[in-house]
Amino acid sequence: MSENLRLLDPTAERQSAQREPLPRPKTLEGLRVGLLDISKPRGDLFLDRLEAKLGECGATVRRYQKPTFTKPAPLDLRRQIAEECGAVVEALAD
Amino acid sequence: MSTPTDRPPLPGDFVAFVKRDCPTCLLVEPVLAELAAARVLTVFSQDDPDFPSGPDTRDDTSLEQSWQHEIEAVPTLLRTDGAGREEARAIGWHRGEWEALTGMTGLGADLPDQRMACGSLSVSPDLAPELAFRFGHRGPELASRVIELGAREDAIETLFERGWSDGLPMVPPTERRVRAMLEGTSRAADEIVASVPPDLAPCSVEKVAINAVMAGCRPEYLPVVLAAVEAACTDEFNIHGLLATTMPVAPVIVVNGPIRKSLGMNSGINALGQGNRANSTIGRALQLVIRNVGGGRPGGIDRATHGSPAKLSFCFAELEEGSPFTPLAQERGVPEGRSAVTLFPGEAPRNVIDQLSRDPESLAASLAVCLRTIHHPKLVLGFDVLLVIGPEHGRVFAEAGWSRGDLIERLHALLQIPGSELVRGAGGIAEGMPETIAQLTLPKFRPDGILVVHSGGGAGLFSTIIGGWLTGAEGSRPVTREIGT
Repeated sequence: MSENLRLLDPTAERQSAQREPLPRPKTLEGLRVGLLDISKPRGDLFLDRLEAKLGECGATVRRYQKPTFTKPAPLDLRRQIAEECGAVVEALAD
Repeated sequence: MSTPTDRPPLPGDFVAFVKRDCPTCLLVEPVLAELAAARVLTVFSQDDPDFPSGPDTRDDTSLEQSWQHEIEAVPTLLRTDGAGREEARAIGWHRGEWEALTGMTGLGADLPDQRMACGSLSVSPDLAPELAFRFGHRGPELASRVIELGAREDAIETLFERGWSDGLPMVPPTERRVRAMLEGTSRAADEIVASVPPDLAPCSVEKVAINAVMAGCRPEYLPVVLAAVEAACTDEFNIHGLLATTMPVAPVIVVNGPIRKSLGMNSGINALGQGNRANSTIGRALQLVIRNVGGGRPGGIDRATHGSPAKLSFCFAELEEGSPFTPLAQERGVPEGRSAVTLFPGEAPRNVIDQLSRDPESLAASLAVCLRTIHHPKLVLGFDVLLVIGPEHGRVFAEAGWSRGDLIERLHALLQIPGSELVRGAGGIAEGMPETIAQLTLPKFRPDGILVVHSGGGAGLFSTIIGGWLTGAEGSRPVTREIGT
């Protein structure tokens, strides 16, 4: 067997290495930022502080909540956030 | 299966397939010389191109001709229609058959009348899969990206470096192995089995097969792996949450039905442990699908604080033979005689010793006090349990005529706990249930929250507890799925 070994890719071949992140917002002034609470306890405390800080920077805030932290955000919620906001912050911790 | 019309053409009037390592082939060597003198004979030799001497002998050590013409034993003599197609064949040495086939008389006059054939190398179990891959109809193209390794690249190391491994060495998923794996199912390679969390990536039968190869599965295990992947990726089982949680939990696969026997699964001594290929690799294949197709990896979406060795693989069979209980799958709606997987979201197993109880009441009470401690003795209703009754404990219930239902009912009754023992601060322990339940009596488990199976070796008055993860709509519920083909 002189041929090189050929393996089949076991992954979903998402090619994430080639996916560029979206450009970051240049300023918070006038930006609408979504704050997504994943329904973990005390995520709201973190997001309340963040809302205040973002307000000081001139951003407006819209709050969202996942039904449960144990499952991915429903597609409709993701679409709603994408339509309504220019950026999103997710609170992931207890 | 090929038909005579799509086989390669045969030369001359007669074609014989032989190997030197066959006493009957050695015996008929003079007969082949007789035949070659009178007819146009070609001999394909499977192991020694110089045997037999005399006739027009061709090298078939590649076994291509033997495979193409579906030679199952040697010697085999074929008569052609003169245009390259087979008309008839004789297998082994039988003077009457050879004479009828050739139209000659007095063949091998010094030989016994008949001798048995030997097996053809082309059907040897060691070689047949490789020959089928090399010479057979390969079927539709596979869809997966091909990764060609460099000449000096080590395949096992590559599997680690690419991040595909669970930390143990894996079998390199070559096209030949993946195609052989796909022979284990009647489902099409491009059929989508499930969307696998956390990436919700569509997962084809082919991707499951690749990961099953890496896990070390045999092709006949594939239907079990497919059923397990389907069950895991339901909203009910919620593998996303099970993976992402900080708790040390994993999908536990319990296999029921006749497939336990046909795959040689272990339901006896050390059933939950190491050493059985099917048990070990089926559970591992499911985890590899979640890792590689779903993208779920420790430190990424998998946030387990401690994790558990059960996250490598946790799969065992129920000991249905001699069980005091109906099999778990039947209890959960699968018809008798069918095979099924039940997935339970569980932590690592822990042992319950009770070597003294000889009546079911005492043994049930023993099990109940241990069950109360799952995750925390002061936390209730949050977690299910999979209780694995060992055969010696099972016998206590069997002799008393207790069914699974009787045992579960008794355990629920024994696990009604006064709220005053559970509330935060009780016993000097801050952890516990909210103060609002102080006046209530709460059950440890929800009504469907106790699953019972019967497994283990015949010696040892033990049972095993496998604690669950967050139950209910936000967590995971056990899922049973019938195993297809």
